[in-house]
Amino acid sequence: MNDLGEARRAVKERGDFRLLRERVPYSAFLDVQVSLDQGVPRCRLPFRPSLIGNYVLPSLHGGVVAGFMENAALLHLLLILDESKVPKGIDFSIDYLRSANAADLHARCEVARQGRRVAQVQIRCWQDEPGHPGRTREVALARAHFLLGNPAGEPE
Amino acid sequence: MAQKGYFEALQANFSRLIPHANECGMVIDRLDERGAVASVAYRHEWLGDTSRGLIHTGIVTTLVDTVSGLAALAATGQFEPIATLDLRMDYLRPALPHQALRSHAECYRLTRSIAFVRARVWQENEQEPVAVSQSTFMRSRRAGAQA
Repeated sequence: MNDLGEARRAVKERGDFRLLRERVPYSAFLDVQVSLDQGVPRCRLPFRPSLIGNYVLPSLHGGVVAGFMENAALLHLLLILDESKVPKGIDFSIDYLRSANAADLHARCEVARQGRRVAQVQIRCWQDEPGHPGRTREVALARAHFLLGNPAGEPE
Repeated sequence: MAQKGYFEALQANFSRLIPHANECGMVIDRLDERGAVASVAYRHEWLGDTSRGLIHTGIVTTLVDTVSGLAALAATGQFEPIATLDLRMDYLRPALPHQALRSHAECYRLTRSIAFVRARVWQENEQEPVAVSQSTFMRSRRAGAQA
């Protein structure tokens, strides 16, 4: 089994995301937390002061929101597909709906199109509405294309 | 025309005002009317793929978002709050390990409400960009202020 397959198995069988984070150090740098909600990956970025991009408001850095969403899309593909290589980002486009508060971010992804070579992923990012448990505020919408490697087991 | 000392003040306060740029070790290499150049040194934690040793696109986007915002602020010539409306990245080639990332952004059109910015990212060879980007920023000046 290739090491990505092993990382996937650790997540699905034991809920252990360490191997996956080791393969994608940027997700460990940001400290992205992944969980599976009935098999669907969900990402959370716990707040820390060094993620702030606007000291005055304060709000999270736009690059943190974007980087977190790109990372969420990549982890999503790694978990739901059976790739033996990490997919490569082709492009990424983000619309910021409102500034992100100094609080945790959440993201959820959907694969809108999956071909043999390219996957299109749509990413939604939100925060909890302060003072209103259960209510959320949309922070950004994004989409990304990824180039897929050869599926596990297929010759190069 | 920018106020006297404006670019120097922006540059001097950069890492205090933008804690995440500071966490990533971003530095401004140039900032003037023509735009902004900033860079970030290589770190292992930028990788998105350890087996091929490729840099994750997220740190490239973070650099671009930062330098594009600086270019928009450089064009306004005075400090005013700006908000990113959208940002698009095209990853022209993989970003390689053990090399810094450098980005140049310029505001090519400034209206009373919007700054239109484009940016380029390269590593060792400026002629071979790893990414290009286009973004728009909303200005939030006081209503009725002169352009």
